[in-house]
Amino acid sequence: MNILTEMIRGWFGPDKMSDQMVLILSAVTLATLMFVVMALCALVFTWMERKVAGFIQSRYGPMRTGRWHGWAQAVADMLKILGKEDIIPAEANRFFFSFAPILVLLGSLLAWAAIPWSPNFVSADLDLGLFYIFAVSSLAIIGILMAGWASNNKWALYGAARGAAQMVSYEIPLALACIPVVMYTGSLNTSDIVIAQQGGVLNWFLFRNPFIFVAFFMYFIASIAETNRGPFDMPETESELVAGYHTEYTGMRFAFFFLSEYANLFLVSLIASMVFLGGWWSPIPGTDFAPALTFIIKGVLMVLLNMWVRWTLPRVRVDQLMYLCWKVMIPVSLTCVVGAGLWMMWRGQA
Amino acid sequence: MSFEGLPKGTGAKKASFRDAIYFWEILRGLGVTIKHLVYNIFHTAEMPTMQYPEEKRVYSDRFRGRHRLMQREDGTPRCVACQMCSTVCPADCIAIQGAEHPDSEIEKFPETFEIDLLRCVFCGLCEEACPCDAIRLDTGIYEIAADSREKFIVQKDFLLNNKEDGTY
Repeated sequence: MNILTEMIRGWFGPDKMSDQMVLILSAVTLATLMFVVMALCALVFTWMERKVAGFIQSRYGPMRTGRWHGWAQAVADMLKILGKEDIIPAEANRFFFSFAPILVLLGSLLAWAAIPWSPNFVSADLDLGLFYIFAVSSLAIIGILMAGWASNNKWALYGAARGAAQMVSYEIPLALACIPVVMYTGSLNTSDIVIAQQGGVLNWFLFRNPFIFVAFFMYFIASIAETNRGPFDMPETESELVAGYHTEYTGMRFAFFFLSEYANLFLVSLIASMVFLGGWWSPIPGTDFAPALTFIIKGVLMVLLNMWVRWTLPRVRVDQLMYLCWKVMIPVSLTCVVGAGLWMMWRGQA
Repeated sequence: MSFEGLPKGTGAKKASFRDAIYFWEILRGLGVTIKHLVYNIFHTAEMPTMQYPEEKRVYSDRFRGRHRLMQREDGTPRCVACQMCSTVCPADCIAIQGAEHPDSEIEKFPETFEIDLLRCVFCGLCEEACPCDAIRLDTGIYEIAADSREKFIVQKDFLLNNKEDGTY
């Protein structure tokens, strides 16, 4: 299933290298590749976010760095952040303070392994792919809590507590919204989910079943909360909490949080396009010329939707956030699961 | 004053179902932002942001910019060192050292003429007070920047060469 592993096997030949060596080599290559893609998407999306925010607010956003509409601004920011002093507060717990950003980044990086980029390119083609993605992305919660607590700063601790509460809560509707799709596919394998949506836009899960259509919105709202972005950026409310759990972080450690935020943003967008929007299949049947590109374009469009929402809506209060999750979104997603099941029985799609 | 008959509480109406679920209002808000986004992409030039060093704000003719000293036909300063401007100056930023003029028709000329631009409030009173129209604030130069305080104290030669079009 993985073209890269096959390529490595082909280059070295089966006689020269054992299967285990091929697996290790391809794993290292894939991990590096994913990390580079992740860093690149963080660069592109920070620039894009600033341009989108600018144009929505009738201003230009970055214009200087790199001549054309400040395209190199994110690169310049990254270089700047590399040169920043690395400060660990005297009263902070040094071990957990330095470990937390790595854990947060690890959570988002691990989840990228199960993303099916194209029919023959999945880093890890797991039978429990979707479950795996939700499981490992929860690592970030521990990282955030660790960061806030180890900082020994009350704002950071508040932000971490909020972030943990929010992310734990919103994982439930996030996963529940994907259940109807899993019911249709009968598999948690990410490639299987995409393959089940073959045959044009009407075969995408989004349009197969009205309950899945509602579930998509539930997924979208929950994914905004999962990535801690506006209007649900409670962990970083600068008016109340300075900067939330990363208040005390500087330089590269802060960059890790920043990187994981944008990696998560792209990750949830890719999952949305994989689960609901037909993954690598193009909208018109028979035009699947560039599966990976189609998949990425869908993901980027979802990212743009995310940014659009962020720069439209004001931040909600903590109690409103929790109310929305526990009293609205979980009941509605549960209804979607039951409703989608009944619809399947009624239409004989099961 | 009596408050009888006025509604109790905040006076806010009970939210209708349409308002309570927020959904339509969120869509309306998203509509507003996408309208701005698309309009601004196609009408970039209409955005109020000014790309400063390339694009400069045009001020009115009455705008008081950096001072300049007027010249006689032979290039010497028109100023007669009468101290009127430095006397009237509310910020006390003009310092003139007068000296006897070689031409007996003209009594004095400024040997030194200093303006401390950091003290100047650009009120234009020196311009008003001057009996021989020797100092003007009509250059329109507002980009007054230097990397040391000393450089803000400008001298006679510098002021004499301030042209109205900003060149010097």
